[in-house]
Amino acid sequence: MAETCELFDCGHRACGGCGAALVSRLILKATGKDVIVVSATGCMEVFSTPYPETAWKVPWIHSLFENNSAVASGIEAALKKQGRKEKVVAIGGDGSTFDIGMLCLSGAFERGHDFTYICYDNEAYMNTGIQRSGATPYDASTTTSPAGKCSIGNSRPKKDLPQILAAHGAPYVATASIAYPSDVVKKIEKAINTPGPCYVQIHAPCCTGWGFEGEKTLAIGKLAIETGLWVNYEMEDGVVTRVKKVVRKPVETYLKEQKRFRHLFKPKVNAEEIAKIQAIADKNAEKYGTDLKLKSKPDPVVP
Amino acid sequence: MLEITEGSHAVAKAVKMSRPQVIAAYPITPQTHIVETLADMVADCELDAEYITVESEFSALSACLGASAAGSRTYSATTSQGLALMFEVCFNVSGMRLPVVMTIANRALGAPLSIWNDQQDSISLRDCGWLQFYAEDNQEATDLHYIAYKVAENPEVLLPAFVCFDGFILSHTYEPVDMLTQEDVDRFLPPYKPVQKLDADDPISMGMYATPDYYLEFRYEHDQAMKRAKNAISKAGKEFGEMFGRDYSALVEGYRVEDAETAIIAIGSLCGTVKDAIDEMRTAGKKVGLLKIRCFRPFPADEIRDALSHVKRVAVLDKNISVGAKGAVAIEVRDALYGKTMPVLGYVLGLGGRDVRISDIKNIVSLAESGKGDQFYGLRTEVL
Ligand SMILES: Cc1ncc(C[n+]2csc(CCOP(=O)(O)OP(=O)(O)O)c2C)c(N)n1
Ligand code: SF4
Ligand SMILES: [Mg+2]
Repeated sequence: MAETCELFDCGHRACGGCGAALVSRLILKATGKDVIVVSATGCMEVFSTPYPETAWKVPWIHSLFENNSAVASGIEAALKKQGRKEKVVAIGGDGSTFDIGMLCLSGAFERGHDFTYICYDNEAYMNTGIQRSGATPYDASTTTSPAGKCSIGNSRPKKDLPQILAAHGAPYVATASIAYPSDVVKKIEKAINTPGPCYVQIHAPCCTGWGFEGEKTLAIGKLAIETGLWVNYEMEDGVVTRVKKVVRKPVETYLKEQKRFRHLFKPKVNAEEIAKIQAIADKNAEKYGTDLKLKSKPDPVVP
Repeated sequence: MLEITEGSHAVAKAVKMSRPQVIAAYPITPQTHIVETLADMVADCELDAEYITVESEFSALSACLGASAAGSRTYSATTSQGLALMFEVCFNVSGMRLPVVMTIANRALGAPLSIWNDQQDSISLRDCGWLQFYAEDNQEATDLHYIAYKVAENPEVLLPAFVCFDGFILSHTYEPVDMLTQEDVDRFLPPYKPVQKLDADDPISMGMYATPDYYLEFRYEHDQAMKRAKNAISKAGKEFGEMFGRDYSALVEGYRVEDAETAIIAIGSLCGTVKDAIDEMRTAGKKVGLLKIRCFRPFPADEIRDALSHVKRVAVLDKNISVGAKGAVAIEVRDALYGKTMPVLGYVLGLGGRDVRISDIKNIVSLAESGKGDQFYGLRTEVL
């Protein structure tokens, strides 16, 4: 089934193996044609719309880096006034969403516009050359949080934006990962069909920015979940209702695959820092109850 | 019907009768009365619009951008710090050729913080690609909103518009205003028909990124549209005059300037004071006239040259300062008169709400007659 040329057309200019490009495709798979998309400045906007070409076969608008929620608010209001039925979807990278667009995002959620905000989270400002954002994980080396003689990389843990938006009274908040495409589609479908402002944050590994080979994108995404460094869950009216359970692997299995964490292993293993990252994963697992409880007698199908 | 009303209320009524479908605005002195009045109108079902109570001016104009792109007539209002916060969005709205109309209740920019009038805010945005209209009084302020929508939405133009009126001096002043009726306005301003819009049945991409192969042409077409706006303004202004007796076809308007030796150029409410000063000076035998600039963008360079080719000197009053150069209007007027021999002298005055009186205008004419200009006028040297 050759489905690559769909509503999100083939022929965009993302790096081979780009997680964000997969997100674009999955979004439109979920929304269908009756949607208006508002993109923020960032990789996705740039790789999909070099004038006069566009990969979007649905109405699409880009205005600025930090105002996609406000533009979406205006579109939603206009559609309401005109009695139109298209869904409104705002898309932003993590920089746009966690950092510079927070003001507009908070305002739009507080006002309760009927739209879905999708953050494709590649954990740094990729379009401008891999600078840290509020979504960059602890210890990741970026061009503005480089590892060095007296730096272990990014010194702060990831901001918990889904909780912040749930605290705005958002009826549906979910996290997802491109490693599980059908789950992404399901969650977006649910978000766009839930009245009010909904939020879906999608882990979108970036081979260029994280330092891994393009064919490993899905595997890396999967490892993030299997180590507990990324948790897939849904929140309805502020309550966690569904969590992806895993048999957890140690965080090293995820970290060592990526150049952004290379300084934790070379020239020598930094056990102290790795332990801190393991603690983050443990805390996630405890908070969301992600650990699959193995039966006392090992199940023969689980190796 | 003649109503004695506060400037902000008169503007709000004109906005209401222009039937905007989406309004997004944020309070800031001295614009606040406009958005409060509109909120009242929506609350009482007198105005059938979506009113978005945004969290900032930045979102106000961004929401208008979205609503306009989705095909609705939109409105916002702001001033000073609010307009400065919108800077980035202003270029975006005009670049996407969206006919948003926004009232600017002109106010000084901080620091130091000032809530009082000058025109630094909108003049500083002269390069952002919006039409800029300036009102002398509240009659003009209301009428210019209808004209602004008509011109902005003209398919030959498709540009957003500022309708500027001086904060407090006009916004908070009660004056008699001849308000049109809704039927009048409907006759003049038909419902908005977008040329293009975001629509699932006919998808387009807006706000794409342009490489060096295309960007220059976008800006050229933007500039061409602004130039075509001159014609559209004249046409709309004439039609308005034929319908309601007040003709706004001219981008500049002369007052006793035909035989003047000294021409004063001014913008906004200052023109009223200048006219009074001119009447007194004329009685005293001085040949002084005024050329009021009603439309600053597109800039009426040809119109200024035609109106002033006979004068001996030009005194330009600027309620703004391009720090390190001079008042922006003086710079542009001098450019318009390039090749002419009369001196063009600039006076920066009235900043941050400093009162400008009839006596000040007379002093400035004396200064101009003695060739002194390109200076701040009215400095309190004792506090320097
Ligand atoms: C106001 C403003 N500041 C800075 C930029 C430069 N800029 C463009 S995209 C970008 C980073 C985007 O990061 P993110 O939102 O994470 O998207 P990504 O590129 O990673 O997909 C930056 C800093 C801008 N366009 N506008
Ligand atoms: S830099 Fe990363 S996010 Fe950007 S296009 Fe390449 S892979 Fe995708
Ligand atoms: Mg990013």
